[in-house]
Amino acid sequence: MGKAIPHKTLRYSIALVSAAALAYEILLMKIFSIVQWHHFAYMVISLALLGYGISGTFIALFRDRLLSHFSLAFIANMLLFGISTIVSFVLTQQIPFHAQEMFWDPGTVLWLLAYFLLLTLPFFFAANTIGLALSYYKKDISRLYAADMIGAGLGSLSILVLLFFFYPALILQIISSAGFLAALLVSYEFGVKRKKRLLLLLAVFLPFILPDSFFQINMSPYKNLSQVLQIKDTRIIEERTSLLGVITVVESPTIPFRHVPGLSINSDVEPPAQLGVFTNGEGMSVITRYPDSLEKLKYLDDQTSALPYHLEPVEELLIIGVGGGSDLLQALYHKVEHIDAVELDAEFVALVRDKYAEYAGNIYKRPNVNIHIAEARGYLSGSKKKYDLIQLSMVDSYGASSAGLYALNENYLYTEEAFRQYLRHLTPGGMLAISRWVKLPPRDSLKLFATAIEALKQEGMNAPEMSLALIRSWQTSTLLVKNGIISEEEIKSLKLFCEERNFDLVYYNGMQKEEANRFNILQEPYFFTGIEGILKDKGFFSQYKFDILPTSDERPYFYHFFKWNTFSEIYSLRGSGGLYLMEWGYLILAASLILALFTSVVLILLPLSTYKNIKSAQKGFGKTKVLVYFFALGIAFLFLEITFMQRFILYLSHPIYSAAIVLSSFLVFAGLGGAYSKQLSSKRGDIGAVRSAVFFIFFLSLFYLLAFNTLFELLAALPDMMKMAVTIVLIAPLAFAMGIPFPVGLASLAKESPSLIPWAWGINGCASVISAILATLIAIDFGFVVVTILALVFYLLAFVVLAGRK
Amino acid sequence: MKNYRYILIVILSLGTFLHADLTEKEYDKARQSMVETIKKETKKTSKYLGKNTLDKKVIDAIGKVKRHKFVPEKYRVNAYDNRPLPIGHGQTISQPYIVAAMTELLNLKESDSVLEVGTGSGYQAAILAHIVKKVTTLEIIEPLGLEAKKRLKALGYKNIEVLIGDGYYGLKSKAPFDAIIVTAAPGQIPPPLLKQLKPGGRMVIPVGSQFYVQQLVLVEKDTKGKITLRQIIPVRFVPLTGEH
Repeated sequence: MGKAIPHKTLRYSIALVSAAALAYEILLMKIFSIVQWHHFAYMVISLALLGYGISGTFIALFRDRLLSHFSLAFIANMLLFGISTIVSFVLTQQIPFHAQEMFWDPGTVLWLLAYFLLLTLPFFFAANTIGLALSYYKKDISRLYAADMIGAGLGSLSILVLLFFFYPALILQIISSAGFLAALLVSYEFGVKRKKRLLLLLAVFLPFILPDSFFQINMSPYKNLSQVLQIKDTRIIEERTSLLGVITVVESPTIPFRHVPGLSINSDVEPPAQLGVFTNGEGMSVITRYPDSLEKLKYLDDQTSALPYHLEPVEELLIIGVGGGSDLLQALYHKVEHIDAVELDAEFVALVRDKYAEYAGNIYKRPNVNIHIAEARGYLSGSKKKYDLIQLSMVDSYGASSAGLYALNENYLYTEEAFRQYLRHLTPGGMLAISRWVKLPPRDSLKLFATAIEALKQEGMNAPEMSLALIRSWQTSTLLVKNGIISEEEIKSLKLFCEERNFDLVYYNGMQKEEANRFNILQEPYFFTGIEGILKDKGFFSQYKFDILPTSDERPYFYHFFKWNTFSEIYSLRGSGGLYLMEWGYLILAASLILALFTSVVLILLPLSTYKNIKSAQKGFGKTKVLVYFFALGIAFLFLEITFMQRFILYLSHPIYSAAIVLSSFLVFAGLGGAYSKQLSSKRGDIGAVRSAVFFIFFLSLFYLLAFNTLFELLAALPDMMKMAVTIVLIAPLAFAMGIPFPVGLASLAKESPSLIPWAWGINGCASVISAILATLIAIDFGFVVVTILALVFYLLAFVVLAGRK
Repeated sequence: MKNYRYILIVILSLGTFLHADLTEKEYDKARQSMVETIKKETKKTSKYLGKNTLDKKVIDAIGKVKRHKFVPEKYRVNAYDNRPLPIGHGQTISQPYIVAAMTELLNLKESDSVLEVGTGSGYQAAILAHIVKKVTTLEIIEPLGLEAKKRLKALGYKNIEVLIGDGYYGLKSKAPFDAIIVTAAPGQIPPPLLKQLKPGGRMVIPVGSQFYVQQLVLVEKDTKGKITLRQIIPVRFVPLTGEH
């Protein structure tokens, strides 16, 4: 059974399906981040990718029947892929599942299961086409693998372009159509009759004639945007899509937004009219109508974030995450001379600068205001300027997560390395001010404080505690980090500022316990004792019930506060309102891992019954070795890919572009490596080929691991295009080598026990799902270096297994 | 082996639960058991609410209000579970424990005039109506307010006035109030509301999301008009191990 070499149209069609499947994955992540929440999106989609594992098991079980009707099965799966991309999605929109309810009502987990099963289908069909081809054209495995990988790589680039220009519904139609187009392409090779081919041609256009109502996206009623739209007379006046998400502008003429985070309760100035701006239906910020006199902006001086203006005069200011411009208005109120403001989202800037320029008082066009569309750290690494104040208020960066790749958001704005970078851009005596929403019991503010101490130490400050101050209102906190020692005079001003506004002092050097917890009274002065613990008690971090250890670029999980030993205590408090203490992101990740492991075990064991006659003692691979080899490769590949994506995203600084570039480079070059693998193994033998590849991977990974920081510092100031080129050049050789072991192993298997090919394909699919989740979990606790080292161990293991064949 | 695909169908069909209605007697029983649960839970957290046990008036009120009349039909059987439930319009009816804690914090006397901002289902207003003579409640979402009005009328509550409007400005015509409860988490504490609080009065604001309350903010105005704000974590939880 099985033909030697297929025509190239078949490879094109495989590449097309792979591209569509990858684009579909990223699109779903986008859509579900809009309608539900990011964590939920991650869980459902990473599990849906088990469709690849299921496909392996399915082909293994029905191999003979499928291969004897190969062309029919192949085309059918492409068609089913096209159909299911739309049908599955439409059906999920009918499922009454709300992520927030899940923890109250375990019954809703069944709806989640339905979500997962529906979304598994498209990936299952896509994987079938590739798995079938690999089993059928045994002599051409390397090129088929290459088509799959290169296709996926191009898919990740195309979705970026598509998302830039089109709304999700149209992209969904395009993806579905790609499935039909792939079937049409391959129908020539299979000699399908003309009449049927005509039908396939019609099917290519089918997705586009479906009515719009079909693609209705139903946003969860519990998202901020849905909640606001319930209010009388509110309406959406503008909607824009960008790579970062959908931005919605809402007007509420009857009942104003009055959005002023952390406003003092002594303030009685009502803010001017505002427009609410939502990104993916969440995280409201506002564009404020510019008032006729600056005095009407007095309320902005009654926020905790106004503190630095009361300590030292500010002439040069940098605002990070300027968004709708509230911080800019605050600076204008304080008559700051020159302002640089950084914002990642170009569409957001365009709203304030152009569309609502008049409304916002043309604040982005003032001669003393420079708006930079950039990621903050990228901007700073290309600038030598020094500031009197760097202001970061209520900024939650879009991590790579919004590119849809990880469950827990990384955040590179609040790491030790970020703090050091900010400090280096401060004038002597300049200050960094970070404001955040208050969490109770305290978490964010303590973690920031601990991170700041580390950074100050690293920058050579002997007494970091003398450079720090922290205050809070009932709603927000502001941390000050000074490039120098906070003076007596400044402490006096700080106390006055707080006293006048009913804000609480949390920390300044020399503060007494009696001064804490006076206005916004907690049962205990948790903030004060927390800071005291960080400064004086080495065991404090381990005793505290949340993870508040400093974050670094190596472990950039600012939002990770979860500790396992607190889990049962919090769960037992659910009856008295304790569930809000739970950090769900981590738990969802852990639950996904357990589900993936469980499903994988079932999927991997299921086909074993059909392999009774293949014994390990036989010449060649044997079952155990197949399992270990392909599982290890699945784990190792994604471990390395995810680690290096992490590094390069930081280097390229824009999370969305860089994620796409890094991911597609990895896939494309691995594909090229795969294509070359046949030649390599004919020269050096299978073992020799894998030995060379693994050696190369070892060498490059370790070199990158050691040299990255120096390399990136040297190359930080390059223009963006050059940075991208550097990235691609660095990834290419590594990915190329990483693309070799899989097809070599599979080709070797094809010679010895071809019936095991689909099983190996499925094992690899399962391992990839497990790997992606596991990499994040390991990185959270141990950092990315450990992930890299483990990846290398798995590569070594794979090599040993291959070399140890009988 | 042939049967495994049917497993999927079985699992899927499990998703459609049949919700049978209970009799009034069974609801009464469920309600009493909920009251016991709340008593038990508050005993653990009494320190944080500043009381040893819940005020009898609060317990009685919770024991009387038919929570199952305030939730959509499909959630009726869950009406006396100690959990928040969806009531449509993206809103929820709070966890009974939290309702008890908030009512307790208001320290109510029968003669108190009470303003509620955020009527929702009307459940909290009904609880208050069993304790004080007159309750005024404001709802910003019109259809929700009208539903609550109809519901409270049908249940025979005569001392609750439901109004539609913006809670930010409170209700000048009926101010000042002895107690104000803001159940719709606001972005800030509205200054006009603070002004409408009598000296010696109390205001309670839950802060969090529809399904999880993170803190209860208690604003107290002393007889001289000075304002203090307490941030109450309504849970017996200390962030440090070994600190009890």
